[in-house]
Amino acid sequence: MRTLYQFHGGIHPTGNKTQSTQCPIARMPLPSRLVIPFRQHAGESAKPLVRAGDRVLKGQLIGMPDGFVSSAVHASTSGTIAAIDMQPIAHPSGMPDLCATLIPDGREEWVPHAAVDYLGSDPAELRQYLRLSGVVGLGGAVFPCDLKLRPLRGHPNRSICTLILNGAECEPYITCDDMLMRERAAEIVQGAEMLRFMLEAGEVLIGIEDNKPEAIAAMRQAVTDSGLPFEVIVVPTIYPSGSAKQLIRILTGLEVPSGKLPTDIGVQCFNIATSYSVYRALAHGEPLLSRIVTVTGNVRQAQNLEVLLGTPVQELIALGEALPDTNRYIMGGPMMGMELASTDVPLVKAGNCIIAASDKLFPPAPPALPCIRCTRCAQACPADLQPMDLYWFAQSRDFGKAQAFSLFDCIECGSCSYVCPSHIPLVQYFQFAKSEIRAREQEKKAADHARERHEFREYRFEREKQEKAEKLAAKERAVREAVAASAATSPQPEIQAAIDRAKEQAATVEPKNTDNPTPQQQSEIAGIEAQREHIRELAKSSVEHTKD
Amino acid sequence: MLSALLVMAIIAIVLGAVLGYSAIKFRVEGNPLVEKIDAILPQTQCGQCGYPGCRPYAEAIASGEADINLCPPGGEEGIHKLADLLGMEFKTFGGNTVIKPKAVAFIDENICIGCTLCFQACPVDAIAGAAKQMHTIIAYECTGCELCVAPCPVDCISMVPIEEKITTWKRKYPEQTLVLAQ
Ligand code: SF4
Ligand code: SF4
Ligand code: SF4
Repeated sequence: MRTLYQFHGGIHPTGNKTQSTQCPIARMPLPSRLVIPFRQHAGESAKPLVRAGDRVLKGQLIGMPDGFVSSAVHASTSGTIAAIDMQPIAHPSGMPDLCATLIPDGREEWVPHAAVDYLGSDPAELRQYLRLSGVVGLGGAVFPCDLKLRPLRGHPNRSICTLILNGAECEPYITCDDMLMRERAAEIVQGAEMLRFMLEAGEVLIGIEDNKPEAIAAMRQAVTDSGLPFEVIVVPTIYPSGSAKQLIRILTGLEVPSGKLPTDIGVQCFNIATSYSVYRALAHGEPLLSRIVTVTGNVRQAQNLEVLLGTPVQELIALGEALPDTNRYIMGGPMMGMELASTDVPLVKAGNCIIAASDKLFPPAPPALPCIRCTRCAQACPADLQPMDLYWFAQSRDFGKAQAFSLFDCIECGSCSYVCPSHIPLVQYFQFAKSEIRAREQEKKAADHARERHEFREYRFEREKQEKAEKLAAKERAVREAVAASAATSPQPEIQAAIDRAKEQAATVEPKNTDNPTPQQQSEIAGIEAQREHIRELAKSSVEHTKD
Repeated sequence: MLSALLVMAIIAIVLGAVLGYSAIKFRVEGNPLVEKIDAILPQTQCGQCGYPGCRPYAEAIASGEADINLCPPGGEEGIHKLADLLGMEFKTFGGNTVIKPKAVAFIDENICIGCTLCFQACPVDAIAGAAKQMHTIIAYECTGCELCVAPCPVDCISMVPIEEKITTWKRKYPEQTLVLAQ
């Protein structure tokens, strides 16, 4: 028996998971239209490869990864691209993003695809393959999977010692990972072996919360059947054990230091659904086209559906049959999910759950009261932070202090808000502060860049001035020499004539655009001259300033 | 007695030498206060403060010649930071300073006559073009200083406010109805 460790804090919200585990994963019928965003992953948006009117096949690459942190996007089924434009998406800003609208033709015609012999391939090639297959972390962060498989430069062993498969699924209501483990355990285990191979990891630990006995049994059976030396470890049910750093702590006792990544301590963590899509990508050559979604809450039939990416959330809800008193929808779980401003948004790679919410099911939070410094939030914080202090700094916009108190270690789990007797929406303050700090860092970068360019320009002016002075001096010297020489020999009449001609021409021929200027143009020209003079003055004085 | 004096003298000489050496070796170039002030200024280089660029303004603040509330692009935020740095009281913008939303210049390339006047005015070399050729703004280099707008003889430069995109979106301050205890 392995010794398990504990992380600081944590809470025990009601699970509400049984409602959606009553029936097996159902396949969602083909929707009438798919809206596929080009950014379904952390990082840069993918670049569209198709145009409106193009016919595409199921699995066809329609968005090319663009940039270091980016991933590919594919057509989820065969059909015709109706438009490439800005469409509403599920985002806290409520802003639209670039999407491809795909009208399915119902034929589900695949692009040619084949399995990859991963054992005989170079890990770098496999990473590129996964990038082009659009495989991203399906636990919620949607970070491109290939980047998490890179060999480690800084680590002494240069490889990962422990690969952790995250099957904890600690957030209430969500059961998509649970159902996937119950029904497709063998594939998940094969995917884990592929990940282990690419990482050259020593041991593989699969962590599952003890509220999922069926999934635990299925995974244990699959591991035994595969003959692989993996270990399925049952962890106690406590929120947020499914957060990577917390699960690592439970399973290995290791603490990921502040500001570091798990890889810095030789551990890498993947969600079980990511492992499943790695298996589909390598063993079948299928890019990530669908995911399992829990449709639950205030619905007649809570269940898990296998849904094509890009399916309108509306159609998902219609299938779940929301009860009449439903007044809003949440994408994700009740702790970390976001309320949808509209259901006319597509389901994306990050969308693990849709909850129909009513005031009966989720009573609106009472108005916030002042913080009484009871420190319950600090007791609950799994990242061992002092949320009441962070709240104080964030609400007074003292971002420097907030950062000094490790704001960026906050995983936005919502445990603090959950226990706060004053009902302060603490996480919202932390998200606000983080967003503000990131924006400022961007601004600072831009300002530094502008300073550099401005300084270079001044240096250039100075250099040009010097060069001009040197040229002038050289010319004067040449003239002086020529005069001295011409004193000896009189100028030849032809040259003198040519010089005279040139002078005459210069006097008569004027630049065309200054012919007969209208009075208005003349005044404009005078204005420009004044501006020029002003700019020269500015330039001169700024150059002098730097010289001082 | 004599040896004690001697020891003290030697120590004094050695320390003096070390101090003298480090004064040369670790000499701080320029005025560190100017650097700190310049780091706060937004580097728009627009001249609205009355100085030909951010650095000259930083120098003027450091020498006590200029007030800290003269830079509109820095906003009140900037004044707060300067006040904190210099241990001064915050002051609002004097007069009728308008703080405009951040914008970038845009050249209507159909009208541009290639006079190079804007090119000469740009403080950060964000305009590409050559004499009698159409000019264009390198949007990501543009600081939005507006210095190129006035010199253009054909008025083909306009300032386009930067729209908030999903990638630059910032979370708003949480709306919260704070019920104060009676
Ligand atoms: S739980 Fe709420 S009231 Fe208590 S210290 Fe934390 S923020 Fe303040
Ligand atoms: S949201 Fe952040 S501060 Fe609050 S409990 Fe979770 S990790 Fe701690
Ligand atoms: S007003 Fe313009 S030039 Fe002056 S400090 Fe501010 S940004 Fe720089």
